[in-house]
Amino acid sequence: MSVKDYLRERYFPHMWCPGCGHGTVLNSLLRAVEALGLNKNDIVMTSGIGCSARISGYVDFHSLHTIHGRALTFATGVKFSKPELKLLVPMGDGDALAIGGNHFIHAARRNIDMTAIVMNNRIYGMTGGQFSPLSGLGKKATTAPYLTIDNDFDVVELSRAAGASFVARTTTYHALEAVDLLKRAIDHKGFSVVEILSQCPTHFGRKNKEGDAVNMLELYKANTAKIGSKALKENPALLARGIFVDENRPEYCEEYEKIIQRATGGKK
Amino acid sequence: MARLKLKEHAINREWCKGCGICIHFCPKQVLELDSMEKVVAARPEDCICCKLCELRCPDLAIEVLTDQDEKNE
Repeated sequence: MSVKDYLRERYFPHMWCPGCGHGTVLNSLLRAVEALGLNKNDIVMTSGIGCSARISGYVDFHSLHTIHGRALTFATGVKFSKPELKLLVPMGDGDALAIGGNHFIHAARRNIDMTAIVMNNRIYGMTGGQFSPLSGLGKKATTAPYLTIDNDFDVVELSRAAGASFVARTTTYHALEAVDLLKRAIDHKGFSVVEILSQCPTHFGRKNKEGDAVNMLELYKANTAKIGSKALKENPALLARGIFVDENRPEYCEEYEKIIQRATGGKK
Repeated sequence: MARLKLKEHAINREWCKGCGICIHFCPKQVLELDSMEKVVAARPEDCICCKLCELRCPDLAIEVLTDQDEKNE
């Protein structure tokens, strides 16, 4: 199968702005699914609200475009009733960690088998460029004309502390790396988080003088480094990329199955 | 691994939004924007089939077709 076979081509060209990183995330995700040879009937994608959430409309999997911040809760419901399905849950930064912040940490805590993809563009793009909990200090946004005073979350540390058993980070510049990390995350049994830094040239880039999409990708190239690399050791100010957590821990649906067995005495 | 041989750059002009990511990051400067602000393969003979344009394209509008691909199918 080619990547296009996983697309709903009738909805293209997509609604994302020219140069939006979310398209690259879609591109990488489809390549990961294709490389794993997954059947599209075995995949369910749930998404919430926002630019990022529109991704579920473009893929030819089972898809649920749900309510703001609740992509993981719907995914939990699907996974619980049909544990044989693969759950892909792409979310924006605000969707995942502001509106859906509690759902995010509790899904991670349960270690339920699904892949959460945080498409982090550090802004609410669809509603006009309000700052999000991942914008960071001293950034300009529609709702912060005199710069933000809010600290940001570190998605990797937050996911690790909440109990996710696979945590990785990459950017849309590092597309090959993104494909590889997504493959490993989808294959991982348990709650996996992949944070992909994704450029929003329309809002975040323009307000923060980061230039166009090309320039924002150059910044990802310059400001990030692989875990364990010499560059990161010499300059710890760089943002680390790669796999931060990869552990095997009891998975929620399997544990629940054991409870069913125990309660019914094995005769279901 | 056999070296990939370029067949053509399949560019979907309906989907391309002219963001220029493929053009900027092409290691061989193969691609250009035309007067319609759509990408075209201006120097296909220089293409090394690294497919970075295809991987990074946010619009899924470019595909590097190679001879190797044909044999695989």
